[in-house]
Amino acid sequence: MNIHEYQAKQLFEEAGVTVPKGTVAQSKDQFESALSSFPADQSVVVKAQIHAGGRGKGTFTNGFKGGVHVVSSPSEALSKAENMLGNVLVTKQTGDEGKEVGTVYFTEASDIDKEFYLAILMDRATSKPVVIASTEGGVDIEEVAEKTPEKITKILIDPALGIRPYQCRQVAFSLGLSGDSFKQCVKLVSKLYDFFWSKDCSQVEVNPLVLTPTGDVLALDAKVNFDSNALFRHPDIVELRDLSEEDPKEVEASKFDLNYIALDGNVACMVNGAGLAMATMDIIKHYGGSPANFLDVGGGANEEQVENAFRILVSDDAVKAILVNIFGGIMKCDVIATGIVNAARKLEMKVPLVVRLEGTNVEQGKKILADSGLALEPADSLAEAAEKIVKLAAQ
Amino acid sequence: MSVLVNKDTRLVVQGITGSAGSFHTIQCMEYGTNVVAGVTPGKGGQKFQDSVPVFDTVQDAVDKEGANVAAIYVPPPFAADSILEAIDAEIPLVIAITEGIPVKDMAEVKARLANSNTRLIGPNCPGIITPGECKIGIMPGYIHKPGKVGIVSRSGTLTYEAVWQITSAGHGQSTCIGIGGDPINGTSHLDAVKLFNEDPQTEAIILIGEIGGTAEEEAAAFIKNHVDKPCAAFIAGRTAPPGRRMGHAGAIVSGGKGTAEAKVEALLDAGISVAETPSHMAEALFKVWKP
Repeated sequence: MNIHEYQAKQLFEEAGVTVPKGTVAQSKDQFESALSSFPADQSVVVKAQIHAGGRGKGTFTNGFKGGVHVVSSPSEALSKAENMLGNVLVTKQTGDEGKEVGTVYFTEASDIDKEFYLAILMDRATSKPVVIASTEGGVDIEEVAEKTPEKITKILIDPALGIRPYQCRQVAFSLGLSGDSFKQCVKLVSKLYDFFWSKDCSQVEVNPLVLTPTGDVLALDAKVNFDSNALFRHPDIVELRDLSEEDPKEVEASKFDLNYIALDGNVACMVNGAGLAMATMDIIKHYGGSPANFLDVGGGANEEQVENAFRILVSDDAVKAILVNIFGGIMKCDVIATGIVNAARKLEMKVPLVVRLEGTNVEQGKKILADSGLALEPADSLAEAAEKIVKLAAQ
Repeated sequence: MSVLVNKDTRLVVQGITGSAGSFHTIQCMEYGTNVVAGVTPGKGGQKFQDSVPVFDTVQDAVDKEGANVAAIYVPPPFAADSILEAIDAEIPLVIAITEGIPVKDMAEVKARLANSNTRLIGPNCPGIITPGECKIGIMPGYIHKPGKVGIVSRSGTLTYEAVWQITSAGHGQSTCIGIGGDPINGTSHLDAVKLFNEDPQTEAIILIGEIGGTAEEEAAAFIKNHVDKPCAAFIAGRTAPPGRRMGHAGAIVSGGKGTAEAKVEALLDAGISVAETPSHMAEALFKVWKP
């Protein structure tokens, strides 16, 4: 689960990680009070709050350029904010439709002496948290890793021991800090790790972490992702979820415990099991089609879930055909077949449907489909089903 | 022969009285699996299905019934604790079926596993089956047939697909290992390949992977240098968009790593027959294996 930058910074502040002073506004009448806390000659950074990256270089659909602006006074900040709030920002990560900005974030502009990179994430290869630090901050870290890997420091943390003081010092030394700045950095790394671990984050990224001319070390940006498997123990984090940032079909699917991801093709698919669902997308592509979604109905889907899955699939206007691929194990084919028939009748489906059933009670399932009188095409193998659906979608 | 489980397996089921645990335990018992005990804290002294003794602790199941394999169906908030309990009771093989265990909990479990004699399979997996002898997990038993193909996979239903293709072609499986779809798991593709390589019954291997991580590449490197048995593979997720978690927590391409292309390339480089589609897994194997 993702959260906004201002939410991440608020969490950082509570966790003892130093961030620049900031305020937010979610309606125009909040601008004045949000900006009143800054002195009249204070430089301010105005930031549009959307989950996608590339905000600084983005453009609003009203023509206003840039989702991040540094201005020399709160009054200038006000005019920038008026162009952002309620308008749609398009960045390289949002797609052409962009994202409506519901929150504007104001922070004190910091004078910057040096920019660093700092992140903590779970390393799959070692099954341990890893702290990543680099003297090359404020730029694309993947590029740094590729071109100048020697400028990146990686420190593995034993999950049973947590981060140790010498490891925090390793980070601060690798960034070339000394004196009070060194001490501030050691403390910040330690607090950031405690936050990462205690809140079940999957990733915490500070890019850039900055050193100011007065020697202060602070997190100028904050990107935080949480492990969705662990949200049950963090009700405070769940409250930070911004549904307007997510695809409405994905939000709807999550209400019924369906694992749905919208894609941009025209062949919808409904499958049981994540691996088989991915493989079904692949085989649609293999036969020349383009998948409209990933949808895993899980191991024990009931009739209601099947019906809701269909409802979400047909709500996508781009969908020209639907492929159902079920390998019944625990999930019985006759139960699925009944669900398909009921859903098709209720929703008065207009798009062609190809159904491939295999596994437990497959004969009963096929009979239910055949006896239903519905215009659906059965298929015996996944390859046959994929070939058929791609042809139908092209018609 | 086969790997890890067989007719001598003495299974204890943790979470046996829960809805998932009881349903699947009955299925496994009907298949012929030797279920010797169950564990549900606070329900010690009961009998499951009037025959299987239920204990309060895993240690009791080991001491009184000689359990040597544990299956875990405990809900996600408590599953890591159950795995740790099985490790402390020195159970040599633990199979965690539970889906949705927090990654942090698994990092702690993994650190504990390193200092133990326990092998963990899963979590978030269908389990393990040696056809005709022992089924531990949620897979449909009847699609399997005793035979010579070892199968290792991150995905449940995709494994069934491969199993069914082999069985339909008149052949069978030595053992099928579902290693699970989570980013941190107990047994890797590489571990499973090593087991199959040393098992005299296993003549050929099917490796089913998906996007995310580098486990498939590591297995491919080992196969290239150490495995003479014919191998086929399939990688799911060629069409998955980067940065999105495709159902399985581990199935995510991030920072340009874990792509299907890189995995397929490593597999081909190791001389492995790679199936173009999930419908052609058996066909890909029969190109290199003439049973």
